Amino acid sequence: MELSFFTILLIVFVLACVVGYFVVWGVTPALHTPLMAVTNAISGIVVVAAITVAGFMHAPETVCQALLCEDVSAVAADIQWGKVIGFVAITLASINIFGGFAITRRMLAMFKKKGE
Amino acid sequence: MLYLTPDVLAVLYLAAGILFILGLKGLASPASARRGNRFAMAGMALAIGATLTMVPMAEMGWILPAMALGALIGIPIALKINMTALPQLVAIFHSFVGLAAVLVAGGMFLHERVLGVVHTVSLIEMFMGAWIGAITFTGSIIAFGKLQGILRSKPLVFKGQHLLNLLIFAVMVGCGVHFVMTESLTSFVAMCALAAGLGLMLILPIGGADMPVIVSMLNSYSGWAAAATGFTLGNMLLIITGALVGASGAILSYIMCRAMNRSFISVILGGFGGDTAAAAEREDLAGKGVKEAAVDDAAFMLDNASRVIIVPGYGMAVAGAQHAMKDVMEILEANGAEVTFAIHPVAGRMPGHMNVLLAEADVPYDRVEELEEINSDFAQADVVLVVGANDVVNPDAKNEPSSPLYGMPILDAYKARMVYVVKRSMRSGYAGVENALFYQDNTYMVFGDAKDVAENLATALKG
Repeated sequence: MELSFFTILLIVFVLACVVGYFVVWGVTPALHTPLMAVTNAISGIVVVAAITVAGFMHAPETVCQALLCEDVSAVAADIQWGKVIGFVAITLASINIFGGFAITRRMLAMFKKKGE
Repeated sequence: MLYLTPDVLAVLYLAAGILFILGLKGLASPASARRGNRFAMAGMALAIGATLTMVPMAEMGWILPAMALGALIGIPIALKINMTALPQLVAIFHSFVGLAAVLVAGGMFLHERVLGVVHTVSLIEMFMGAWIGAITFTGSIIAFGKLQGILRSKPLVFKGQHLLNLLIFAVMVGCGVHFVMTESLTSFVAMCALAAGLGLMLILPIGGADMPVIVSMLNSYSGWAAAATGFTLGNMLLIITGALVGASGAILSYIMCRAMNRSFISVILGGFGGDTAAAAEREDLAGKGVKEAAVDDAAFMLDNASRVIIVPGYGMAVAGAQHAMKDVMEILEANGAEVTFAIHPVAGRMPGHMNVLLAEADVPYDRVEELEEINSDFAQADVVLVVGANDVVNPDAKNEPSSPLYGMPILDAYKARMVYVVKRSMRSGYAGVENALFYQDNTYMVFGDAKDVAENLATALKG
């Protein structure tokens, strides 16, 4: 018997939660705001999802040739919408990534020891 | 384009995930934090780079501009934003992740429909991702509005609220089930709209005082939304990252709740922090007046003190007094006194906010201590200077079981030999209760704007 893909993903998810739990408790309270900013930045990882989803919408004619679909215009509409959605999602996620890392950097640069 | 095999891609994603973990781990101390941030950035660059190698060249023409547009919007905001406005910024950023998760779920559906390979499991995952994403999206916008002062921070409460929310939730789940069973795009859109409405309804009844919890909670939600998207796509990196972010937000919410002595459930149910929390009058205090002191008196006592603790609150940041307070600290240190800033976990508008505000004012981080570290020192302090803080130094939280604050951990400022409280007026704090500290025999009130008082203190100390 083989494991289902979902189960594998679930295992990864639970283990990542455990790692997250211990790592985050180790963060000094003084840096909780930078923590939130950097988690904000890395949650921009949905950009990968947006690229994966929208970057593989091929030309409707090619798709229909391969899949023998009846309604080319319906497929074309779906593909068009997929790209629009992808564009917006990539932009939003990128704001998070670039903005999140920039603000974290700016904050962390402020934390200095006496005489540093 | 160079096409990586799924195995190579997965290994690169794993490396990116490890870099993210190292990034968070770096935040264990300010000394390692900057390196940690670089790790996280490297992880992100690796993840995006690896993903882009898989994309057909023809699609780059719009993917790269979309990313550039994000950078053009994000970076200037991050560089210009005022540090007091950080919570708003974080809130609006959460909303972007939420909306992106909704869009990705929708895009994924179209993608599968085009290819004619719609799986029930992935429909369920799309439903989950879109649902959490939509709640995060609108909830964060409301949180942003409240923090920014566009919306009133007072909780919006009405009868039957929870029943209505439950109803919306039920209809939303119904639409989701219909979507999974029939693949109807209309149901999907209706489900997203209802989830968005639910996001509004959930955050509107929550008052300004509870915003640190809410911002942390939405941080957590944005992570779970990303993780759900990861399940839809079968992408382990999204799952790992989402889990890290989700866990982080959940822990921060817990820490904030504990610091305010509130249960998470009661925060979510809302209604706290408005007029509903009627100002509980302490009758025994009503007859008693407070003692007022002039800035020069305070300066004289500070000048002769060898151990000084400063308790800053959000009021200090609003007044922009942190730079002047840092001058006061330096003058006192030059005098040979030991000066420490004592931070309560809810001193700012989000976890750790006050530490950032002090760091911005060039207060060295080794002069800033957390509640657990410093509380035993108050009894030895000659002078405690409370600037713009109120509820977090109220001894009733320890001594008055009838007080709404009872049980909340406080900074033990009342144990000091002498306390000066800098405050604009006798108005009560967020919780709307009288502060017994102000009526103590060894407490003196210095009325005025925190910045003016701090600047005058510095001048008086120099003279």
